[in-house]
Amino acid sequence: MTIKKRNAVTGYLFISLWIIGFLFFTLYPTIYSMKLSTNELQITVDGILMKFKGLYYFNEAINVDTAFKISLTDTITFIGCATPIIIVFALIIALMLNRKFYGRSFFRGLFFLPVIIFSGPVISELLTEYIVGIDANPVILSFINGLPSMIKKPILFSLQNFIFILWFSGAQILIFLAGLQKIGSEVYEAASIDGASAWEKFWKITLPFMKPFALVNSIYTVMEIANYSYNSVNRKIASHLLEVNRPYSFSAAMSWIYFGVVLGILLLVYLIFRGFGRRDKD
Amino acid sequence: MKQAKTKVSSDKLMVTHVSLKKVLFGSRDKMGKINLLVYYFIIGGIGFLFLYPVLYMIINSLMAPEDLVDPAVSWVPTSIYFGNYIKAFKTLGFMESFRNSVIMSIVPATLQTMTAALVGYGFARFEFPLKKFWLVVIIATFIIPAQVTVIPRYIMFSNYNMINTPWPNFLPALFGQGMKSAIFILIFFQFFSSYPKSLDEAAQLDGAGKLRVFTTMALPMAKPAIVVSLLFSFVWYWNETSQSSLFFGSVIKTLPMKLGSFADSYKTIYNPNDANVFSAINESISLSGTFLSILPLLIIYFILQKHFVESVERSGITGE
Repeated sequence: MTIKKRNAVTGYLFISLWIIGFLFFTLYPTIYSMKLSTNELQITVDGILMKFKGLYYFNEAINVDTAFKISLTDTITFIGCATPIIIVFALIIALMLNRKFYGRSFFRGLFFLPVIIFSGPVISELLTEYIVGIDANPVILSFINGLPSMIKKPILFSLQNFIFILWFSGAQILIFLAGLQKIGSEVYEAASIDGASAWEKFWKITLPFMKPFALVNSIYTVMEIANYSYNSVNRKIASHLLEVNRPYSFSAAMSWIYFGVVLGILLLVYLIFRGFGRRDKD
Repeated sequence: MKQAKTKVSSDKLMVTHVSLKKVLFGSRDKMGKINLLVYYFIIGGIGFLFLYPVLYMIINSLMAPEDLVDPAVSWVPTSIYFGNYIKAFKTLGFMESFRNSVIMSIVPATLQTMTAALVGYGFARFEFPLKKFWLVVIIATFIIPAQVTVIPRYIMFSNYNMINTPWPNFLPALFGQGMKSAIFILIFFQFFSSYPKSLDEAAQLDGAGKLRVFTTMALPMAKPAIVVSLLFSFVWYWNETSQSSLFFGSVIKTLPMKLGSFADSYKTIYNPNDANVFSAINESISLSGTFLSILPLLIIYFILQKHFVESVERSGITGE
């Protein structure tokens, strides 16, 4: 065996555990889930009987079950409002934490707290039950109420859930912070010698440097919220899982529609970031 | 600032003016007093948003029922009352569910970290056909939502009679398909790619096999990545309830699961049907339960905090 071949074999041995796992615990379930969503299931003593139904359950989810559409739009609103807020917020906090000041380690510890104690029961117990969002000034509120519902809904949502949204930002702060530490100080020094102000340095050095990290963070945020088991789509999917007359199938169909929507959002995020890149080059 | 460099000697008044400005508004490498004040104001304000729920939880959990109904008491309780904690402790079945939580998080976290290190090392060190393809697949597995795979996994595990055993939790972790495994594989890939190959080669010349090089040379060096992976996995597994309650929740109850059914368990234990209002479940008791269920995480976090932040910085978590 040549060295190259031997290397390839060893490489595959190292990742073999993962490949086996991928085939059994991800690829097979994914294909099986597709099958479930297009078949009617009957659970009998002998096992599971399947009858092909085509896109029947997809049609059920989109056209018959009105609650699904509502929870889907709720979740999209959640993702759409929360992601930009989280990204901007996390970047600001990371920029602040990146400077040296007394008590920095305390604040760092504080801002990573959500990473540690963020969990379904805890967070819903803490934030949704006892603490509401920002009480908007009546003047602002009446202004918002005058807006068309397409704009009104997201703004109201963001205001009402502001603190809740911020609690999603722990890991993102961490990623931005690690990114900021990779910018060498010599870049800033060179810019200072050329007479750049702090403001210019932020726009010309820090922000472009942070772009890839912002993309990673955006994808992470979208996925985090999309997988958050207490968002309304996931609750809806879970509630239909063991329904007597349509076990698994209806839930599977809904999760595929949801997956498609999330993919669409991710694609949109990617396109937005690519758009930013284009403008920089001009 | 520029003036300070050019005209230092010329004018005494100018000098004092500049240095005052330096103290108040800061120079390039040191923040001024006013800047610092604004800084603390903003960061403290935002920090308070994060601290508030925790403070609220701690303070309210220490309130006696009399304080809760007393409108004059809002933040400072008249006396510190631990009765809520005793009740919450019993309601959660703390000792047992704590043990369950520890086992159900430490084991998969360790398995997941081991596999991620192994796989990440494989990708970073060896050239093999279809390598790019598998890397893309790893990223893709991060995007496939849990809801898609959870039903077939459930059917699969129940076919092998593994429902209500710890296996549905351990097996995917062992095979690198656990909670957010893809992230950890990428972290290790990133980490091992960035440290020099020559160290491995030196060990190989001494006659060590590839696996020995991995365990004796690469792993000890990957300590920061291991810390990050272990801690994050542990926390995520600890907090996960939706899948785990489906897979083993009716037999093995973890702390967060118990918290989810807190009000019901309270009713069955204390049966507050009598006329006494004070024996009914109240905010303080459920907040005590919440606090108890995250207390282990908080303790670990405060012990490891410094280590953890450093590790994140050194593990190259962000990639290029």
